[in-house]
Amino acid sequence: MKLAGFLLLLAGWGLVLSAVILLASPPPRAAFVLAGVAVEMLGLGLMVRTHLIPHTERDRG
Amino acid sequence: MTEAATALCVLFILLSPFAIAGIALINSGLIRSRSAAHSMMAALCAVAIAAGMYFVCGFAVAGYSGGPAHALWIAGRPWDWIAAGPLFLRGVALNGSPTSLVVLFEMLSVGVAALIPLGAGAERWRLGASCASAAVLAGWTWPLFVHWAWAGGWLAQMGVNYGLGRGFVDTGGAGVIHVTGGLTALSIAWILGPRRGRYALHGMPTAIPGHNAVFVLFGCLLAWVGWIALNASGALLFAGVEPGRVVLIGVNTTLAAAAGTLSVAAITRLRFGKPDASLSANGWVGGLVASSAGCAFLTPVAAAVTGVIAGALVIFAVELLELRLSVDDPAGAISVHAIGGIWGLIALGMFGHFPPGAGDGQQWLAQVIGVATLLGFVLPLTYGLNRLLNRLIPYRVAPEGERQGMDLFELGAGAYPDFVTHRDEFGQR
Repeated sequence: MKLAGFLLLLAGWGLVLSAVILLASPPPRAAFVLAGVAVEMLGLGLMVRTHLIPHTERDRG
Repeated sequence: MTEAATALCVLFILLSPFAIAGIALINSGLIRSRSAAHSMMAALCAVAIAAGMYFVCGFAVAGYSGGPAHALWIAGRPWDWIAAGPLFLRGVALNGSPTSLVVLFEMLSVGVAALIPLGAGAERWRLGASCASAAVLAGWTWPLFVHWAWAGGWLAQMGVNYGLGRGFVDTGGAGVIHVTGGLTALSIAWILGPRRGRYALHGMPTAIPGHNAVFVLFGCLLAWVGWIALNASGALLFAGVEPGRVVLIGVNTTLAAAAGTLSVAAITRLRFGKPDASLSANGWVGGLVASSAGCAFLTPVAAAVTGVIAGALVIFAVELLELRLSVDDPAGAISVHAIGGIWGLIALGMFGHFPPGAGDGQQWLAQVIGVATLLGFVLPLTYGLNRLLNRLIPYRVAPEGERQGMDLFELGAGAYPDFVTHRDEFGQR
């Protein structure tokens, strides 16, 4: 899970870079950049989930 | 640069250590008294190591605009990704030239970036490990992004190469200094886990109040001076603004900080019946951080709006991290620096007004690409490097150290030897 989040962050960034390099027209470029950011958000969400502390562990302090 | 611009720039750069002093005081005031001396000692060591690492190899990686660099050619356009500068500043004339001013500015601002993670790791991060982490940040992660954003790297060149406004703009370091430091702080908080006893009661976090609100609030005032200095000198160095624009920068920086703290004070007054001092301090610094990206290119009204939203975001982020995501960040470093900085970068894309003749349109997209680079490249890099370092030098102090306090455990003496020590301070938690 942690590795998947890590890789999704990098994949999102790769999508952003690809959009800048490959797309010249502003609307599709902007759409693909935002799609890349959305993939990064998924990766960040996964990273956050893997670092959540289960309640049982919390109760032990 | 004209003589007047050079003189102003030197003056402001020499005032910027006030930002370091302010953040160090805030970090120290927001934790318990038994780790206060350790916090200040860690701040001093982090700044020292950051300056040293910048001298040894940071400048070689960061470089300066127009200096030697390695570039990849992709689809017929250069992607300048790392400088090829000299190690140990060899051959750099430190004589008031623009390059020497860049060296001085970056040597001081890397100290600010190195301080930020200390706030998130406070009361449980070993001194040696925090020094090692600061060395990696100052020697590699930070200079690399500096090159991309400030030294003519691919992010700065997106305007010229791809018609995206003026390229990624971050004159005062909202992204370069604060988001980089804030994302490292997030990595550290994840790696270390929360303080003992922080999440003890049925999943609800236990409040661990800071020991000195006066330190925190005085730190905000010191940081204000340092921030105006950082923002002004950054704009003179990296955006080439005329010296007269320094007045606008000072006004915008002050307005953003004021709006940030007032919005937090008003929101906490409405929600809890009284304004919260430590959150208001975080709102002040959040406003300062958000102002850093575009202080030279915002109208005063836009700067105030940026500050108000930064303050609201700080409260939201502090509660989200603490209550929902189990991230223990004693000084609010992630909320203030990472979230505030990202908002500042986006705000510049939304509200920025650039002089005519600069790249037209799509500035917002350049800013979004900069933010995406911070999240998609800098976060994995800093997280990965710190995880690796944690294997070599365990980051977290022994449980006995947390119970006793970092001052006695790691330094052998407390910050306040005259204080009465209560027995329950050392009891099992």
